[in-house]
Amino acid sequence: MSDIGPFLEAAVRTATPLLIASVGETVSERAGIINIGLEGCIIAGAYAAFAAGTSTPSAGYVAATLAGAAVGVLLAAFSVFLRRDQIIVGTALTMLALGATGALFRARGEDASLVVVTEPAAVIPLLSSIPIVGRAFFAQPAIAYLALALAIAVWWWLQRTHAGLSLRAVGDSPSAARAAGIRVGLVQTGAVLFGSGLGGLAGGALVLAQAGSFAEGMSAGRGFLAIAIVALGRWRPAGVMAASVVFGAAMALQFVVQALGWNLRYELVLMIPYVLTLVALGALGRGAAPAMLGRAPVYD
Amino acid sequence: MIADLSLANDFGQILDAFWRGSLGTSSALFSGTLVRAIPLTIVGVGVSLAFRAGVFNIGGEGQLLLGAVAATVVGLLLPNKVGAAGIILTLSAGALAGAAWAGIAAVLRNRFGVLEVISTIMLNFVAANLVSYLVRGPLQEPTHTYPQTDLISAAARLPRLWSETRLHAGILIAICLSIASWWFLTRTAAGFRVRAVGASPSAAGISGLVDASSVTARALLVSGALAGLAGSIEVTGVTYALYENLSPGYGFSAIAVAVLARLHPLAVLGTALLIATLETGALGMQRDAGVPSVVASVLEAMAILVVIGIGGRTGASWRWRKRRAHAGAEA
Repeated sequence: MSDIGPFLEAAVRTATPLLIASVGETVSERAGIINIGLEGCIIAGAYAAFAAGTSTPSAGYVAATLAGAAVGVLLAAFSVFLRRDQIIVGTALTMLALGATGALFRARGEDASLVVVTEPAAVIPLLSSIPIVGRAFFAQPAIAYLALALAIAVWWWLQRTHAGLSLRAVGDSPSAARAAGIRVGLVQTGAVLFGSGLGGLAGGALVLAQAGSFAEGMSAGRGFLAIAIVALGRWRPAGVMAASVVFGAAMALQFVVQALGWNLRYELVLMIPYVLTLVALGALGRGAAPAMLGRAPVYD
Repeated sequence: MIADLSLANDFGQILDAFWRGSLGTSSALFSGTLVRAIPLTIVGVGVSLAFRAGVFNIGGEGQLLLGAVAATVVGLLLPNKVGAAGIILTLSAGALAGAAWAGIAAVLRNRFGVLEVISTIMLNFVAANLVSYLVRGPLQEPTHTYPQTDLISAAARLPRLWSETRLHAGILIAICLSIASWWFLTRTAAGFRVRAVGASPSAAGISGLVDASSVTARALLVSGALAGLAGSIEVTGVTYALYENLSPGYGFSAIAVAVLARLHPLAVLGTALLIATLETGALGMQRDAGVPSVVASVLEAMAILVVIGIGGRTGASWRWRKRRAHAGAEA
């Protein structure tokens, strides 16, 4: 039993970047744009947070968000403005960002620091001393609380505001949205920039709240997992939140397997989140996807 | 002024390193670049076929690794005296394993509506971890020192074309596959169905001649088989053993190969050579001029964006519109 508390704490910590990235991706996909370059946004954000090397994490988070959004500018230019295939463009952007961050990382000076200052846990008095779940939910870095706030804000914005309705209309029926006077390209560009910016922030969280350093390819498929999480969460922030926690737990298993004394090879444990994605997607299918997801709008 | 000179000097040195690493010496050309072009061609042809059918198989890397695993297992089990049948068996095992790995994505797509982009990427991660596990666990070489398998049987090895180099018979297979795929796509009814489904699944379905989902599933299986074959050729022609970083991302580079070739199987031969030159040249630059070799993948990604940017919505529809115009003229 004594292992459950630390495990939950690790699970929430690991879920944080996944939640941030998938909340952003939800907005992008509800506007009809699937961002296969999300993995690239995350690694770009991670490198920016690392390279900024600021003494305060918040400046690192700003750098990370901007780096992710920079990748998003390219996606918007090619897939919204030029209407090119979202999947090929996104794949290229992921390759671009993984390669560019790798090259920058290897090219930096030999004596450059490998460690960045990480964000301390913001411990909430009293609540954090609740047995088992206390530290998991009330002694996390501030970015974890921000992730939760973002998910709630996006839910409210999508479901309860006129602008959110417009965005959903764009993803479901761009021609109807256009007839209603909505500027489809503008809405999609905004959604892509928001989603990729959050992708960058997720990368920042990976460095500043988790690893405290950068490694080539450290995004390790989180961008693709986030896209799967959006589908599993049925394109709704509440579902996305639940799916993120499940996947956070699956990724956190690698930290506890030895402590639990399971006789399981490390490589097989690392496989779990990806296998879980395949099984879960197969079991749950893809229900309420935005009608025009991944396709360029066609107007009569 | 001195800084300018040294910069120009550096640049010359970098170019020289690129040249010597890729095409400039006969060992670089025949043992490096051409050998690297073989898997790039075969996976690239498979990616082209899948993209033509409108299936986004991003899982070439995983399918290639599974092909390598299967070829290694068969190659380890084969006795030394089975002759040519041994190599055929080994390569077939690789192709089958690649097809089976892609088959998971095909089933998920057709039965459960899972986007193949996501499933094939997830399968890449599973495959990479599976290889890591196998070479440290059940398939590790007998002394249990290195994370790799034992060498495969001599009967399972592809012959070298030229004894002083590493160039092996796989290059002939790659050329044949590229020609055969071109023939299939442009000269057969099944190839026409692939192009029709890629251009518009709904139109192809409504025409009543084509079952779009079975065409896409088969395209996915064939592209997986080709990637698996490429993996088995890598094991039987180059490495003779399985280890973790067997593929330096052939599955991803192959997407650049296919898009640059505008999904044309014959053009893949040229673009595979181009990408192989870029990659071996980049390795040369890393070795001799200290330039990180990952710049190659940056250049590949930029090449994809440029080709996609100037060439219609997708390579597939670009090809299709040209062909449709052509067919219309004939009718």
